[in-house]
Amino acid sequence: MNLLSIDALTVDRGTARILDRVSLDVARGETVALVGESGAGKSTIATAIMRLLGDARISGSIALADAGDLLALREPDMVRLRGRRLSMIFQDAGAALNPAYTVGAQLVSAVRRNLGLGKRDAHARAVELMTQVGINDPEARLSAYPHQLSGGMQQRVMVAIALAADPDLLLADEPTSALDVTIQAQIVRLILAQTRARGAACIFVLHDLALASQACDSVVVLYAGQVVESGPVRDVLDNARHPYTRQLKSCVLEIGRDDLVAPEGTVPSHEDMPAGCRFATRCPRAQDRCWADAPPLETARGSHRFACWNPE
Amino acid sequence: MLRQAFGKIGQTLVVLFIVSFASFGLLKLAPGDPIQIMLGSEYSPQAYAALSAELGLDQPFWTQYADWALNFVRGDWGTSYVARTDIFTYGFLEALPVTLTLASFSLAFAILIGVPLGVLSAVRKDTIFDAGAAVFALTGTAFPSFLLGILLIWFFGVKLGLFPVMGYVSPWQDFWGGIYHMILPALTLSTYFIAMITRLTRATLVEVLAQPYIAAARARGEPGWRVIWVHGVRNIALPLVTILGLQLGTLLQGTVLTETVFNLPGIGQMLTSAVLGREYGVVQAGVMMTATLFIVVNLLVDLSYPILDPRLRDRK
Amino acid sequence: MTLVDNARRGRRSIFARRPFFTLALVVAVGYVLAAIFAPFVAPYDPVAQDFNAMMQPPSGAHPMGTDSYGQDILSRVIFGARYALIIGFFAVAIGAIGGLIVGLAAGLSGGWAEWALLRLIDSILALPSLILAVAFIAILGQGVDKVVIAVGLSMIGPFARTVRADVLQVRVQLFVEAAGLMAIPRAVIIWRHILPNVIYPLAVQVTIRISEAILVSSSLSFLGIGVTPPTPDWGLMIAEGRAFVSFAAWMSAMPGFALALLLIALSIVGDGIREEFDPKLRGKS
Repeated sequence: MNLLSIDALTVDRGTARILDRVSLDVARGETVALVGESGAGKSTIATAIMRLLGDARISGSIALADAGDLLALREPDMVRLRGRRLSMIFQDAGAALNPAYTVGAQLVSAVRRNLGLGKRDAHARAVELMTQVGINDPEARLSAYPHQLSGGMQQRVMVAIALAADPDLLLADEPTSALDVTIQAQIVRLILAQTRARGAACIFVLHDLALASQACDSVVVLYAGQVVESGPVRDVLDNARHPYTRQLKSCVLEIGRDDLVAPEGTVPSHEDMPAGCRFATRCPRAQDRCWADAPPLETARGSHRFACWNPE
Repeated sequence: MLRQAFGKIGQTLVVLFIVSFASFGLLKLAPGDPIQIMLGSEYSPQAYAALSAELGLDQPFWTQYADWALNFVRGDWGTSYVARTDIFTYGFLEALPVTLTLASFSLAFAILIGVPLGVLSAVRKDTIFDAGAAVFALTGTAFPSFLLGILLIWFFGVKLGLFPVMGYVSPWQDFWGGIYHMILPALTLSTYFIAMITRLTRATLVEVLAQPYIAAARARGEPGWRVIWVHGVRNIALPLVTILGLQLGTLLQGTVLTETVFNLPGIGQMLTSAVLGREYGVVQAGVMMTATLFIVVNLLVDLSYPILDPRLRDRK
Repeated sequence: MTLVDNARRGRRSIFARRPFFTLALVVAVGYVLAAIFAPFVAPYDPVAQDFNAMMQPPSGAHPMGTDSYGQDILSRVIFGARYALIIGFFAVAIGAIGGLIVGLAAGLSGGWAEWALLRLIDSILALPSLILAVAFIAILGQGVDKVVIAVGLSMIGPFARTVRADVLQVRVQLFVEAAGLMAIPRAVIIWRHILPNVIYPLAVQVTIRISEAILVSSSLSFLGIGVTPPTPDWGLMIAEGRAFVSFAAWMSAMPGFALALLLIALSIVGDGIREEFDPKLRGKS
């Protein structure tokens, strides 16, 4: 049985449909990359799993093993899952740490709450966690305020907070996008090593396909709120069927930059989204049918799936 | 940081000097010769000169100011002929505590009611409750306090007979009696501040609650009340304290009116009767006490910034 | 000019977009009309005493009742609008002009003079406007004209602060620096570049602060040290009625609600104008 099973997740905010019938599965200990341009809905998936989307309208289901459909849970039950079985790391650690409290206060309170430890044990555990995420002199760092730490250090603290209670699933929402290039790889390696050491699954929101290919077990490619291709990382990358995946790949290969250079053209706005395939406006292989009907997800081989009428 | 603090204190001293100089100088401009007033209509030139010398009024302006300022600091504020006592006792020891008691009660009311109202309003943004709080905030900030006081007296005092409508009982001597007498005046004075704090809390908290660290706190399993009160409200402390410091003047001027409505013997009553009796020394004392209070409190507000926001501690 | 364009665009649609603002504006205009045409609207002479009709509750003959001298409260309330608006307007005018001069001086002078002027503004702001007005009244004495001057002088501080802030903003803008480089006389720079950019926000401030001036002046009257009886001033009327509140509550309540309604209407109008026209707030809500 899968750890997490998302089925036909649809999210609307105002008149905009941010996610459209997204389905994906995560096995225990698996690392899944969500890839796509900004606005594709990657972060929305992560936030929806945590049920932190605020006033958006959500339908579909998000089933977590031993907990049932997260969307049907009462809020107090959801609160008990957050931090214990589900954790999240944010884009900008500097903004995700409360500036009014020391990092120690925030880490220790997470440890106490989610592990049920007393003050002294929690402090010891906090020191241990800080060491695990590679922070030197953890005692001193615990009494520092977030603004006194570097961006990389802040993100390490966030990793420590997120992993404090050994969650089953870690959601990492572009955890390196606010960091220097030199530190990005360190943080990614840290997150992967720490989740593997704990046997935790991880959903990595990325816009770097190259990184996804190195670090993850499977990939989900999103375009304009829909899954266009998904499957084991080798299948999807070596044998991409969807033209969008191919474009993403060639962009990375061409330039080899740290951030993803978007393929030519732009994602259509929510008002003038095509009736058929959403990628049709930018697709070199678009046919009449692509404009008229939306392609369903088809299985290529094993769990490798794609949504295209005219695949490569 | 220490240098900054000393700079602030220096600025404060300069402002205090200007205020004292202005209140001394302005009241020198007041019409009427104080010696003539004291001596009445029949007096000899010798008596005039003698009294003038005794009061130091024959000295040059700067000497008079220096004498006055020195005496002021020493607590020698002159004599009030209307109250038949020295002004320091009358103003500082008797009137100021009344005003401060009223002001602190009102401030406590304002914070204890205004912050929760604003928090609820922010959390239930765009609901009927929020709209109601907005209407209250608007009406409350525009409604004249002295009218509200009279209405409260009429309703709670006269119609319902629940509260005493006049007079002052010091809560330092009779705690419960003092509170009982203070409820209507404090409610009168604090309505404006409750409304203002509600408005400010809502506006700033809505912004804070949209910050990533709020989502992060929820993501690590903090329950809703803790997210709002510990992570949200803690971060609006700085704007709240700043505005409260700046609005202290409004609070003090509100006490003047409230004291008159409820017949409380504070600085407001002292000032009003001094103006009617043309006792310039008492007006000076009232002005100096009010201004000093405002300046000192705002200095404290400035100095408290690094405590309220750790990010300000490391600024050079 | 963009400012004018924005103002025009706001004026065309503001009434439809802001129903409360429109309502409040109608109320405020009603007060202005009542004030202007007071002799024609008021049923009685506001200072005519009638000892046969003292402290009568509201009735057909006296819709708001009469006071302890038998004066018709409705007529006094209508004439009171006149005093309130005149005092409010002229006091704000004094405050705005004084604030403009001090603020310009503080914003344009540099170094020692600027520092001294700033401390001066701080000192004025250290006293709440009512206390400051009380101090001025102590020197000037009582009466309508004295109240106008006292309230006006007490408002210089806040005006000066906003003017200075605006001057600083304009001063850093490139065109002023460029004009300065070209050795254009200082007076011309002030007149052509700085004043237009300062006057506009100042005008917005004036509309907002009229209600404050009215509140402070009626507070002075309420304290018994502002306008003298038998002038039909709201603050004075509220104070006179205070002693009779237990059995003739209308004496305070009628002028009180007249004052409260005007203040609330003015504050809604002021908020609307500020949100529409203040460039710093625009785009926020």
